[in-house]
Formats: sequence, structure tokens, C-alpha cells
Amino acid sequence: MLELKNISFKVTDGNKQVDIIQNLNLTVQSKKFVVVTGPNGSGKSTLARIIAGIEKPTEGKIFLNGEDITEKNITERANLGISFAFQQPVKFKGIKVFDLLKLAAKKKLSFANACDYLAEVGLCARDYINREVNSSLSGGELKRIEIATIIARKTKLSIFDEPEAGIDLWSFQNLIGIFESMRKNISDSSIIVISHQERILNIADEIIVIEGGKVSRQGAAEEILPQIIGTDSAVQSCKKMTREA
Amino acid sequence: MFKFDEIQKRLFAEVANLHQVPEGAYNFRVNGQLASRNNTANIEIVSKEDGSGIDIHIKPGTVNESVHIPVVLSASGLKEVVYNDFFVGENCDVVIVAGCGIDNCGVQDSQHDGVHRFFVGKNSKIKYVEKHYGSGDGAGKRILNPVTEVHLGENSTMEMEMVQIKGVDSTNRKTLANLKADAKLFVRERLMTHGVQTALSAYHVSLDGENSGADVVSRSVAKEKSFQKLDLKIIGNAPCHGHTECDSIIMDDGKILAVPSLEANHVDAALVHEAAIGKIAGDQLIKLMTLGLTEKEAEEQIINGFLT
Repeated sequence: MLELKNISFKVTDGNKQVDIIQNLNLTVQSKKFVVVTGPNGSGKSTLARIIAGIEKPTEGKIFLNGEDITEKNITERANLGISFAFQQPVKFKGIKVFDLLKLAAKKKLSFANACDYLAEVGLCARDYINREVNSSLSGGELKRIEIATIIARKTKLSIFDEPEAGIDLWSFQNLIGIFESMRKNISDSSIIVISHQERILNIADEIIVIEGGKVSRQGAAEEILPQIIGTDSAVQSCKKMTREA
Repeated sequence: MFKFDEIQKRLFAEVANLHQVPEGAYNFRVNGQLASRNNTANIEIVSKEDGSGIDIHIKPGTVNESVHIPVVLSASGLKEVVYNDFFVGENCDVVIVAGCGIDNCGVQDSQHDGVHRFFVGKNSKIKYVEKHYGSGDGAGKRILNPVTEVHLGENSTMEMEMVQIKGVDSTNRKTLANLKADAKLFVRERLMTHGVQTALSAYHVSLDGENSGADVVSRSVAKEKSFQKLDLKIIGNAPCHGHTECDSIIMDDGKILAVPSLEANHVDAALVHEAAIGKIAGDQLIKLMTLGLTEKEAEEQIINGFLT
């Protein structure tokens, strides 16, 4: 279980302080697929980065399964069981897909294991395992590899920051399939996805709406989704594609 | 048979990946002396008459054979200049492994300046691997100044892997090449400097024959207070393709000077250069830290990948 208590995050813009997140309280239960939505600039991604330890909150406390992790750094949080998928997957020089999966799994990885992780995101290991994680891969491919690294970690809490950002519609359709499968196999872990895509919101057990750096609504998906359809918090990727899908 | 001590064995393992006596032709040089040599039916190694080095003769048509000519210096204060000439016949396909390891625990400088010249015949294919390594905690410097000269005959190919990752205090590397028609040169250089080391690496590649081509790629990491100068030049004297790339990671108080240059003397010479210097990207570190690596471990992984 993840608990955020009175989290605030301020940045300095010129001479004035800007509140990105204000006094935010949030609880994410185990075994839940939670989607955090809200209009652009509402503080969703900042919230995800605060949970992963990439940003430090100005005020407030974070608890993971009852343990105060507010002062823990990125590495410590990762080793306590938090995974974070980047909105823009990071590219490397010389680091191959296999290397990244090995680092993620933190163990010796066989070709067959790597193949399992890549197959879950719809990539054939034979074609990808020796590819460098660089710009020779498309946005969609990088995104899938990013997700495969999270799957390989098998942690209790996985956070995906706008997984649909920067990918084409075709890849988006496949991405939905990946998240549906994750929802099905959630067992005792929890998943937080930052997204305002209606099709991702459809998979959620619970939806949290953030507006102006605060939680404006939180509840079961069937309760919240009808309230936000058609707003900035629940957008369709492409009307035509959605109809055909 | 010469008996190698533990330091010498370790140096051979570092520079030539040798844990035992290799198959094929070899010439081991230890502290300025010939330690062991083997010739094969197709590859003959002979000492130069004036004692300044060796000549390696590879008969035409020699395929799937290798030559190892590693050098180690484990005594402090040794300075040597060695000339090694490779005469490769036509239609060969061979692997040549050179490299020099210096262990200097003393106070005097140890220096090995190897001059390697390659005369490669028509249609031959060479893979050349050269590793330089230094160790030892003495005040004496470990200095390596290799000069490599490559003369590629028609339709020949040379692939060069030049690696210097650790422990060499000062290096001044010069690589000169000229290529006849349809000849191809591929260079992959990997350099890492630390402490107050300096490394100068200059390439001067002349594409003289029609349809000749060169791809010279240098990746380097300058740590602590080290200095690197990378000077990559390609000259197109005929219809040809040339590409150079220097890609460097700068860390701590390191300094890097990259000087890629191109000279086209023919209207159909197509030459490209790329150069980039930058520190390790913050998001690369963060990504690996989110996988549970410490910042230091993340840095090591990024550098290892970069220099692979």
C-alpha cells in the first residue's frame, strides 16, 4: 500500500513560488490498477516522479507498506519495490536491450527469460535482444522495451508515466492490450498509470483526478469515469481509430 | 622456453586475452627481449638484422590464421622503440593481435613506442586488435606512443580495434593509412583516461583509390583531471566515402579537444564527420537508478556500454 500525506511541491519561477502540488493526500491499495488523470499541467507527472524519488516533495510524507520512505533516494526506493516507467524512455549508447533487461531483473538472465519479458510487450527477442537502446528504435519500440524492464523487475508497485506519450496510434492499440494483460495478472502488486486516455481509464479499478495540484475526485472507475468523459481528464486517442477498434 | 612471472602473465591476459600459449604464429616480447616465438607454414616472423624489431611475412592465400605479438614491460625504467613490419600477401584472411602492457612499480618511467607498419596485398582481409594497458603503483610513468601505418592494396579490408582503457599515463598515438581502389578501413577506437593522464590520438587517412572507403569511430571517456586530444582527419583524393566520428564523455575536471577534419580533393569524394562531447546524461543515470543501481553503479554501466 502506498500513502501520500500532505504532499506539496513548489518550484521557483523567477521571483515567485509556484505550487505544482498542494497538500495532496492519496492512498493506493494493493491489488489495484489505478489511473491518475487530470488536465495537462495538473501535476500528474510530478506526482509520479515524487513517488519514484526523482523529485523531492517540499512538504509531506510518503509511506510504502507503512514504512516512511520520504527520505529514501531513487535507488533505495527501487530496491524497496517501486518501479518507474519513463514518459520519454531513456536512450543509451552501447547498452543493449538484453543488458537493460539483465539490470532490471538483477540476476543472470537467460535468453528464454528475456524472450518471455519481450513477448509480453509484443516484441520478438530474436530481433531485439542485441539491439542497442538508442534512436535506431522507434518511439513505440522504446516504449515497449521500457515496459519490459518494469515487467522484468516484478515489483510490488509499478508507476507508468503517460505510457501513450509519443507513440503512434498503431502502437497505442497494442499498448492497451499490454495494460489489460497487466491488470489481469496483477496478483498482489499495484499499478499506477498516469494517463488521460479514455481507453486506459477503462482498464482502471480506481481513478484519481488531479486538478491544480490537488486530488479533486477519487473512486471506483465506474463511478468516476462517467463524470469525466469528454473533459480534459478523459480524452480519446483518435475518434476514427476508437470506432474501428 | 621462457618462464613468465605472475605479473607478466596478467599483462598478457589484459592486452591479448591470452591465458595460455596461442595457436598459430606468435612473438612474445618481455622487458625488451624476445621471450618466445612460433612460426607456421604460412606465417614467418624474423628479427630485423639491426635488432630494432621484427618482420612478419604472411604468405599469399593464408586464411583463418592468427598472429599474436604482445609486448610486456614489468621492469621499471625501460625505454624502447620497436619496429614491427607486416607483409601480408594477396588473398589472405588473418587476425593480428598486438598490444602492450606495462607494470611499473618503480620510480623511473617505462616507455614502449611501437611502430607497426602494414603492407596489405590485394583482396586481403585483416582484423587487427591492439590493446594497451598499464598497472603498478610506482611513481614512474607508463608511457606508450604507438605509431601505426597502414598501406591497403586494391580491394583489401582492414578492421582495427584499438583499445586503451586503463593505467597508461601518457600516450601519443598516430595512425596513418592510405587506401588503393576498393580498399576499406574500419577503425573502432576506445579510450579512457583518468588521474592526470594525457592521451593524444591522431588519424590521418588518405583515400587514394576509386571507391575506397574509411569509417573511423572513436569513443572516449576523460575522467578526473585527464586530457585527451582526438584529431581525426580523412582526405579524399578520389571518388570515395569517408566517415569519422568522435564521441566523448567528459567527467569531473577532464578536458577533451576533438578536432575532426576533412579534406576533399576530388568532386566525388563524399566525406562526413561527427563530433560530440558531453557529460553522462542525467536521465540515463536516473533510469538505471530506478532499476535499483546506485549512482556509481549506474555510471559504470553507462561507461562500460559506451566503451564496448
